[in-house]
Amino acid sequence: MIRFLLRRFVTAIGILFAISIVTYALLTLALDPLKDLRESTALNKADLIASRTRMLRLNDPWYDRYISWLGNLVQGDFGTAWRTGQPVKALLPGAMATSVQLVFAATFIALLIGVTIGVVSALRQYTAFDYAITLVSFVLYALPVFWVAVLLKEYLAIRMNDYLADPVPNWPFLLALSLIAGLFWTGALGGSLKRRLAIFLIAFLLTLGLLAGAIMSGWILNPRLTVVGVAVVGVAAAFLFTILFAGMKNRRALYSALTMAVLGAILYFPLQYLFVLQADAMASQVVGSVTLGTILGIGGILLTIGIGCLVGWLWGGDDRGVSMRIAAITGLVVAGTIWVDQLMQWWSIYFDNPEVRGRPIATIGSVTPGFHENYWLSQIDKATHLVLPTIALVLISFAGYVRYERGATLEVLSQDYIRTARSKGLSERVVIVRHALRNALMPLASIIPVDIVSLLGGAVITETIFGWSGMGKFFIDSLAGDMIDPVMIYVMITGALAMAANLMADILYGLLDPRIRINA
Amino acid sequence: MNNDENMNSEERLDRLAETRSQPGDHSPAGEEFVGEEGPISIGAVETEEDGDPATSTQLDDTDAHGRGEGVGEAQEVQGLSQGQIVLRRFRRHLGAIFGLITFFLIALVSLLSMGLGPINGLWRNQDPNKYFDPVNGGEPTLQFPSWLGGSAGGWFKLGPFPFGQDELGADNFAQVMQGVQTSLMVMLVMGIIVLIIGVTIGALAGYYRGWVDNLLMRLTDTVITLPVIVVGAVLGKLVYTLPAKLNAPDKVINAIQDYMPVELAIALGLILWPSMARLLRAEFLSLREREFVDSARVSGASNFRIITKHMLPNAMGIIIVNITLLMSTAVVLETALSYLGFGIQSPNISLGKLISTNQGAFATRPWLFWWPGLFIILIALSINFIGDGLRDAFDPRTKRIPSQAKMDRAFAQRARLQGAGAAGVPTGGPQVDGPSTTGATRSGKEKR
Repeated sequence: MIRFLLRRFVTAIGILFAISIVTYALLTLALDPLKDLRESTALNKADLIASRTRMLRLNDPWYDRYISWLGNLVQGDFGTAWRTGQPVKALLPGAMATSVQLVFAATFIALLIGVTIGVVSALRQYTAFDYAITLVSFVLYALPVFWVAVLLKEYLAIRMNDYLADPVPNWPFLLALSLIAGLFWTGALGGSLKRRLAIFLIAFLLTLGLLAGAIMSGWILNPRLTVVGVAVVGVAAAFLFTILFAGMKNRRALYSALTMAVLGAILYFPLQYLFVLQADAMASQVVGSVTLGTILGIGGILLTIGIGCLVGWLWGGDDRGVSMRIAAITGLVVAGTIWVDQLMQWWSIYFDNPEVRGRPIATIGSVTPGFHENYWLSQIDKATHLVLPTIALVLISFAGYVRYERGATLEVLSQDYIRTARSKGLSERVVIVRHALRNALMPLASIIPVDIVSLLGGAVITETIFGWSGMGKFFIDSLAGDMIDPVMIYVMITGALAMAANLMADILYGLLDPRIRINA
Repeated sequence: MNNDENMNSEERLDRLAETRSQPGDHSPAGEEFVGEEGPISIGAVETEEDGDPATSTQLDDTDAHGRGEGVGEAQEVQGLSQGQIVLRRFRRHLGAIFGLITFFLIALVSLLSMGLGPINGLWRNQDPNKYFDPVNGGEPTLQFPSWLGGSAGGWFKLGPFPFGQDELGADNFAQVMQGVQTSLMVMLVMGIIVLIIGVTIGALAGYYRGWVDNLLMRLTDTVITLPVIVVGAVLGKLVYTLPAKLNAPDKVINAIQDYMPVELAIALGLILWPSMARLLRAEFLSLREREFVDSARVSGASNFRIITKHMLPNAMGIIIVNITLLMSTAVVLETALSYLGFGIQSPNISLGKLISTNQGAFATRPWLFWWPGLFIILIALSINFIGDGLRDAFDPRTKRIPSQAKMDRAFAQRARLQGAGAAGVPTGGPQVDGPSTTGATRSGKEKR
């Protein structure tokens, strides 16, 4: 193992070194820092050119500059973005944080939805649902993100903001949406003709009723879930997770999950006071480099998982692990719902904010300029800025996950151990969830680390279009501004991260799959 | 005789039913059934046994594998060459056929309207950068026939500017068609470059192994490490700045700028080859252990001959499928780079550049935005479908699985026939071809 790591490490250093030389040489050719001066009409043009040449050492051969750049890099000096004179080191952390913020949500959502739909599509292979999903994922796969982004800006932001000024139900649109929802659930859940008809009707009417009700009662302008909503979501989550992962026969698991739902409903009221009283402190108080709100959020997640595990453990039984897991997941859902409910309660205040002026969905940037409000309002502000780029990113990366997971699931479903599981009389749920799903998720281990780590590299096109000053835009701006130092750092960082991610994927796969042994 | 035949087909139906309940399509038997090596190795043994030279693939021998997979198909492919089998499988893939038709229609319309290079096309305006007086306020003059909800009577009416005009009055139709041509050209040139580099490197690394493999694979790692869009942007910028920086005479600069799309395509080819090299290397590593390579070597064939005559034809499937999928990546990548300003620059026309110049006018002139986008999607989508069809066609593990309804019908028919004691049960029957089962190649990262 150590030999393997060492070998990979040495190779990685060698490759990075090769990349740095080649890129530096290419960049010296590709960048033309004198272009604007050469085309300028200034009287002291020659002087300006001479001084810039001296500053950037353009008369030295490129390998001389490369060697001094490498020397600086080794000593931890990342150079400067010479057009602004800022050191690159100071620019990086902010850009990285912005990129992670942007891409994290998108990757997570795309992964969750994509994998789920991929598995369902594989289970319903050769049905209309499967064909429809395949077609949709092909279309999404072919979409250019810059085109989608412009459409989203026009329809989801500008028109949606206009619409929110005076929301009235648009019946044909609502009907179409409900029809799609009905067909989707019918196809996904399947079953006999009678069952499918029932599912279709329920899904169709439920979607239509909820949407129309939300619009007509003015709920979308002043949304809230209240304790009833939290309890309903909690109980629904408890049943869903129990049915999926334990089966209704496992009463202890169900009761653990329901306990969490009840706990959430009880804690709802005391939490309201905490949230409102601490709203300003959560945004303004800074511990280390993060706000109190972030710390409370992370602490809350950990606490919820802890309580969930405790509840599951206390319910006892032979299989405590399942109860603990289900209770923890349910707890997280409930906690998330309470958080969302709090955001909703602040929504109308955000909506009327003078900076927002009743046009909540933003098309550009990562925050409203000059927006300094309490924790909840700034969370909403962040969310409204995240909506469009996240949807764009999810739309284009979701298709890849669907295809990948569908293939993986089909591969697993044809294995002998699935047939064995079926023939020894296990229920279909156990066969799918315990035997098939776990193995079908394994191939993801080789792509998730790569995707997560590449978050830091940012999304070049999306960031440029939506004006997020993350890593991708940092790269594009530096390249357009003919600044070699920032571009080189970007290339080195993305290169190093990609190699680290691949190594991580290999190790992870080795840990998960006992058939694979890691050795040099 | 009748009875015998009946039994046979019943057995076949049972096996089909078994296959139906095993939706995975992956069987150990499947690989031998239409192996990549073609009818050479298995066929040689079997022809002697049953004395029928046409029976290159197993028929009832599949029983040995206990699962009876692909029995229905074994009869279909009897006596067909590998190429014919692939062609048949491809033709059955509805999406692929639609993709092929769409793709050729797009290419045809673009070539016919704008011509090729110096050869003029049939469209009345051959210069996409020429400005005209606005007709109809610059709105598209294309009218849809009445059966499509339009106002043009029985058929399409083009008018002077079917896709409208931009603010300056340029002909959007000519621009889009020229952009389509650029995309197709980039795709083609990139494909050729990737084919040359990727196949050479992959084949050498897989065949020679040892230090050659090590060296070439480290080279591949070096190229594959960076995101394609990053390297593409750097190379795009390089193509753009280099001539001006070298103080070359105007003539050279102009020539270089005129051929910008070709240069960009070559640059894209130089960064997209690693996936091809890796796949081919893996294939060659397994192929070189096969008997037919040994026998070629024993009979004195040179390394070059073994690689080109014996191994490459057997890796054709992988090469073709991979190159098709890379081409759709190249189209999207080229438009994205041009959109960002690091790809094709004026006076050349690219669909991505059209979108980036016109996106500000979306509220007033949406057609300038819809048409180029539509063509990017159509091209990428049709190539993806073709690639999917090709993958299924070349993948020996894909089988046709009858739909549940068809199976039910066949069983009902059998029951009826059994009742009547008659013969002639449908064998195989009309079947539905499933979409690909292998994992999609994930080349979506660079699109972000």
